[in-house]
Amino acid sequence: MENEFSVKVQELTRTFGDFVAVDHISFQVYKGEIFGFLGANGAGKTTTIKMLCGLLMPTSGTAYVSDFDIYKQTEEIKQNIGYMSQKFSLYEDLTVEENLEFYGGIYGLNNHELKIACSQAVHSTGLGDHLHKLTRDIPLGWKQRLALSCAIMHQPKILFLDEPTGGVDPISRRNFWSLIYDLADGGTTVFVTTHYMDEAEYCNRLSIMHDGKIIAIGSPRELKQSYQKESIEDVFIDLVKK
Amino acid sequence: MKNSSTDSIAPSDGISALHKGNALLYQLDEFMKPRIIAIVQKEFLHIIRDPRSLVIVFLMPIIMVLLYGYAITFDIKEIQLGILDENRTPASRELVQKLTSSNYFKIMADLQSRNEIEEGMLQRRFVAALVIPVDYAKKLKTEPQSQVQLIVDGANSNTATVAINYAKSFFMMYSLEMNTQILVPPLELQPRIWYNPDMKSAHFIVPGLVAVIMMLICTLLTSITITRERESGTMEQILVSPIRPYEIIFGKIAPYVILALIDAIIVVVCARIIFGVPFRGNPLLLLLFCVFYVYASLSLGVFISARVKTQQVAMILAQLTTTLPAIMLSGFIFPIISLPIVLQIISYLVPAKYFLTIIRGIMLKGIGFGYFHQPAIFLLAFGTVLLLASVNRFKTNLEG
Repeated sequence: MENEFSVKVQELTRTFGDFVAVDHISFQVYKGEIFGFLGANGAGKTTTIKMLCGLLMPTSGTAYVSDFDIYKQTEEIKQNIGYMSQKFSLYEDLTVEENLEFYGGIYGLNNHELKIACSQAVHSTGLGDHLHKLTRDIPLGWKQRLALSCAIMHQPKILFLDEPTGGVDPISRRNFWSLIYDLADGGTTVFVTTHYMDEAEYCNRLSIMHDGKIIAIGSPRELKQSYQKESIEDVFIDLVKK
Repeated sequence: MKNSSTDSIAPSDGISALHKGNALLYQLDEFMKPRIIAIVQKEFLHIIRDPRSLVIVFLMPIIMVLLYGYAITFDIKEIQLGILDENRTPASRELVQKLTSSNYFKIMADLQSRNEIEEGMLQRRFVAALVIPVDYAKKLKTEPQSQVQLIVDGANSNTATVAINYAKSFFMMYSLEMNTQILVPPLELQPRIWYNPDMKSAHFIVPGLVAVIMMLICTLLTSITITRERESGTMEQILVSPIRPYEIIFGKIAPYVILALIDAIIVVVCARIIFGVPFRGNPLLLLLFCVFYVYASLSLGVFISARVKTQQVAMILAQLTTTLPAIMLSGFIFPIISLPIVLQIISYLVPAKYFLTIIRGIMLKGIGFGYFHQPAIFLLAFGTVLLLASVNRFKTNLEG
């Protein structure tokens, strides 16, 4: 029987010297769901994502991404995941199209595949008008969509988004989330970190992270019910105070 | 998406333009495209879009050739001379006349007193002064030897040496001319200078510039290009893809190999046209050794950038470890043999030293491959060691 999990994490830990950035966390992400990681800056969200993407080696614990071991099968993992960070890692001196081609190119897409992936990106994000503009000349909201498009050129099974909406206006954020829903509808598992409470409400399931530990996990509705609060924000404040 | 219907026309235009533009580059459309090509293409775009790197790559070599070719010259055509004639006789005037008509000296001042000698040197009107004493003419007639005094400004030791040598040979000739009865020495040395018979400094300096400029392009630009990606976060984005560290490194340095070779050609052509530096050897052989040298220099650049975090540090380190040694410790200007022993030992680790031997050998002497085993082996070994060290260091450096 095929595994129903996209990500499976057991007792995962990462220390930097004496500082424990991620402290024995365990969780699973189901295939096709939007899984949120909510927490303040420095809670350990980015460190966790970096370990799952193969950018950082864990200190201890186990984790499987798309059934591949993050210690031994990093190459297989990399072929199957997409990653977008809060920095929108784009080349400002390249055009929108050149960025798309480059990020497709480093996954080994041939010209035919590149062509299809580019037109898909244009179709879903509406970047068509900006295709030949230098990336430094387009507004931040568009850069964000471009960064997302670049991360999914190779059609990853799992998409990791590390605070993807940082610094972007509310309308752009809303548009961005509808893109994420489209991807999830298409079967992509989305793993997203955020410190925006309203965004947390959009997730299928949510884990709340504080000081390197996961202190609550469940769907937004379950969390609100079990803590008897009106919103995730209240749940979060209540939990962090303890 | 909301916008998709309105934008559905634009994409196809963009895609077809993209496809046409790239159709020539790769015909093997059906297969997986090597990932390294994506890196090479992108790197070329960075260079083309950045005016600063264009200036460094294309303008700087020409400026440096002109600067070094004209400015660093050890050929001193005429020594500026002041004359204090205390004798004032037909004999002393004849001497001054001879000096004036020689090509060695340019008479800048007719001095009246000894005080004016110092004054003139301080004002740098002349670098040497000839004193013809009161008894010059009398002694010429009555005594076996008469003396004149040459006072030289030693602040520039090079010019001073030249002035003394010029004066010596002038007075030797003049003595022979005045008295043909002088005993001719039984042994005469007849020097003959090979490979650069006119002893032109440009012939010596300009080929060496190839070494300096290529080193500068290779290490400075490559070390910046890798640290820049680390600073902007794009390196992280590349590293989550399946692309391997060696593909990133080779993809990033390939464009600079081509640029460095173009620069080598620019400098050699300038040397030939502007300074008339001969090219006696095989150009293809030189190009082959340029590739070896580029390999060594680029490895140094990659090595630096795999270790440092910011562009500034990378630039400073690149300058310190490449340009300075390439100029000071390679024999480019100062002969290695005249360096202190510690620096002589260090010079064995400077790739430019080996390349200079090669390029001067090929251009000025026209010698072939057989003479360059040692430098070639060194350049290849140097590059390989550093490159292997960098590839290993590459990934771990990103953590933390």
